[in-house]
Amino acid sequence: MFDILKNRIIKGVVTRLKGMDSSLRAYDPLGSETAHSGSQNDDIVGFELKALIHKRFGRSLHIRYIDTGSCGACESEVIAANNPIYDLQRFGVNFVASPRHADALLVIGPVTKNMAVALRKTYDAMPEPKFVITAGDCAFDGGIFKDSYYTEGAAKNLLSVALHIKGCPPSPSDIINSLVKFLSG
Amino acid sequence: MDSSGIISEIKKSLPYFSAKTVAEVRPDEIYLHITPEMFKDACLALHKMLSSPVMALYAIDERKAKHIYVVNCIFLDASKGQWIIVSIDVPEKEPCFESLSKDIHSASLFEREVWEMFGVEPKGHPDLRRLRLHDEVWPEGNYPLRKDFGKVEVGKLSEYKFNKVEGEGVFEVPVGPVHAGIIAPGHFRFSVAGEPIINLEARLGFIHRGIEKLFEGKSCLAALRIAERVCGNSGFAHSLAFARAVEKIVGITSSKQTEYPRAIFLELERMYNHISDIGTMAMDVSFSFPAAGASIIKEAILQLNDELTGSRYLRKVNDIGRVLTNLDDNKKDLLRGNISKIMADFKEVVKILNSSVSFMDRVDGTGLLRKKTAEDLGVVGLGARASGIAVDLRKSFPGVYQEVNLRIVKDEKGDALARLKVRVSEFEESARLILELLDKVDSSERDDFEFKGKAGEAIGYAEGWRGAVLYMVKTDSTGLIERCKIVDPSFHNWPALTYAVLDNIIPDFPLCNKSFNLSYPGNDL
Repeated sequence: MFDILKNRIIKGVVTRLKGMDSSLRAYDPLGSETAHSGSQNDDIVGFELKALIHKRFGRSLHIRYIDTGSCGACESEVIAANNPIYDLQRFGVNFVASPRHADALLVIGPVTKNMAVALRKTYDAMPEPKFVITAGDCAFDGGIFKDSYYTEGAAKNLLSVALHIKGCPPSPSDIINSLVKFLSG
Repeated sequence: MDSSGIISEIKKSLPYFSAKTVAEVRPDEIYLHITPEMFKDACLALHKMLSSPVMALYAIDERKAKHIYVVNCIFLDASKGQWIIVSIDVPEKEPCFESLSKDIHSASLFEREVWEMFGVEPKGHPDLRRLRLHDEVWPEGNYPLRKDFGKVEVGKLSEYKFNKVEGEGVFEVPVGPVHAGIIAPGHFRFSVAGEPIINLEARLGFIHRGIEKLFEGKSCLAALRIAERVCGNSGFAHSLAFARAVEKIVGITSSKQTEYPRAIFLELERMYNHISDIGTMAMDVSFSFPAAGASIIKEAILQLNDELTGSRYLRKVNDIGRVLTNLDDNKKDLLRGNISKIMADFKEVVKILNSSVSFMDRVDGTGLLRKKTAEDLGVVGLGARASGIAVDLRKSFPGVYQEVNLRIVKDEKGDALARLKVRVSEFEESARLILELLDKVDSSERDDFEFKGKAGEAIGYAEGWRGAVLYMVKTDSTGLIERCKIVDPSFHNWPALTYAVLDNIIPDFPLCNKSFNLSYPGNDL
């Protein structure tokens, strides 16, 4: 496992887009036969994402994360997208601590009554230009929590949403792929 | 112990005790139906006799049929593996009962919950502020879990009052609900005098989604998929607890070939969460190298879950009376091979943590939860075991765990280091259990049947990675769910965090918090 970390320190990145050297694909948790772990495909898509971000945002895309009522699985997948296997950061995507630093707001989960104000305040604190991304099925239309007495439905009822990432929960690969599709569109 | 044994035990401390009816529906559930006047004394007697906290206290609206609310209070006899349910009828016209909170602290949050959701008042409760229906957005007098609740009626909105700490040099630090990291929302109000924290009040409920109401009127099979989504990272434990309740109602006894895979998946869930927490504890003291290593191991287990079941979070694996995933020989080999690789990596991470003096210095003695405090608060699961309370539902209700000699890990000290150590040992123990259980799995024998709903009431339970997950399910004659009470271990354990941080400094709060890693969605429901 520590090969992947050592390589990153020595070479800057573990994988390269062209002429990828398989020996640099250091750690593959499930062995080469079942390699969809941080697979070559994710890397190719990832570098496409990097090029798009470079073009559209100067250098990097900064995202502020807000959970307005999720079960925590989407949260876990967003964290996983930042682990050393996927490492979204090397493609220029940063998750930031303050809405003041963000280009985009990533909303997870249906919007509960208690979180409606916090969502609005977080959005208002972001500088222009800004856009909203939602991820996970319940962020799209409330999902299984749609009929609850305590949800305001989906984020799109309160803010205009530019991109939705499907899945329950969306996997890290889904998140990377959706970002590329959106930015190239 | 049978019901007559329990009654005679209670009578030793409470001579005038008598039950209206006693029901031993199943060997592990004993219902004592008593008069409301006796409620407090009987609960207190059981609490002392079993040294059990209140494991659940909840109401059921039966006004339509009987003009009453039923209030149930559940205790656990951990040594004998029994649930004792004390049940009273609260009249519709005078919806109140005598509060237990002043004598049994672990009843306090449950009573507040009964009050806010049903409008049934625990008389004499010192603090009836609402937990989940925030005063700023939910008008007074609307009780969503009452059966006749339809729409919110206009009423008075107010503001939540935090407990005030006053004195020279005391100031407040409010944090949240939106936090800096990728984490769920909650509000923490610290009172500090100089550096040390002298009071912490956690206001939660921000992601209350009204889940218990959503269960009502659903078929058991449909509700199982909601149970998986109550708390994302213990989805399997929740689905297992719910499925067990339903299985008891309809009278299915699942075979060992269902229970082995269930235990394996429950342990896999424990493993990916424990390693995640070991990593984040290192991360929260800025020791990022082992944290990165731990997150690689977590990812490996999530991908292993995906390979085995098609879901990284073990969803659609469990079903009523059976498991949908077949652990055939290929999958068994995959699991064995991966467990040995994961354990090799795991040892490296633990070695790095153990050999770092500065890391040990940060976790040793930080976030101390004393055994007495843990007992009074009714802390369960990992948090309790790290404070010297060796309660584990896998031990009380062993099932297939009996065949693999489950070893309960505990630590006496109760600090962040103790919780770290318990996690490390439980991770190793889970890996061993999985390998041993795997040898017993025979994929050719599988349970299969046509599920039919039935009326009844039962308790389902599972020892998730945080602790005991409980589901109290009641179904009507058509087999649809009439009431489902969910208790996630986080609901018991959140108050413990507010005690554990006392005398620590705010910069250590993330570490204290992560050392418990309690669930927001499981608590808020």
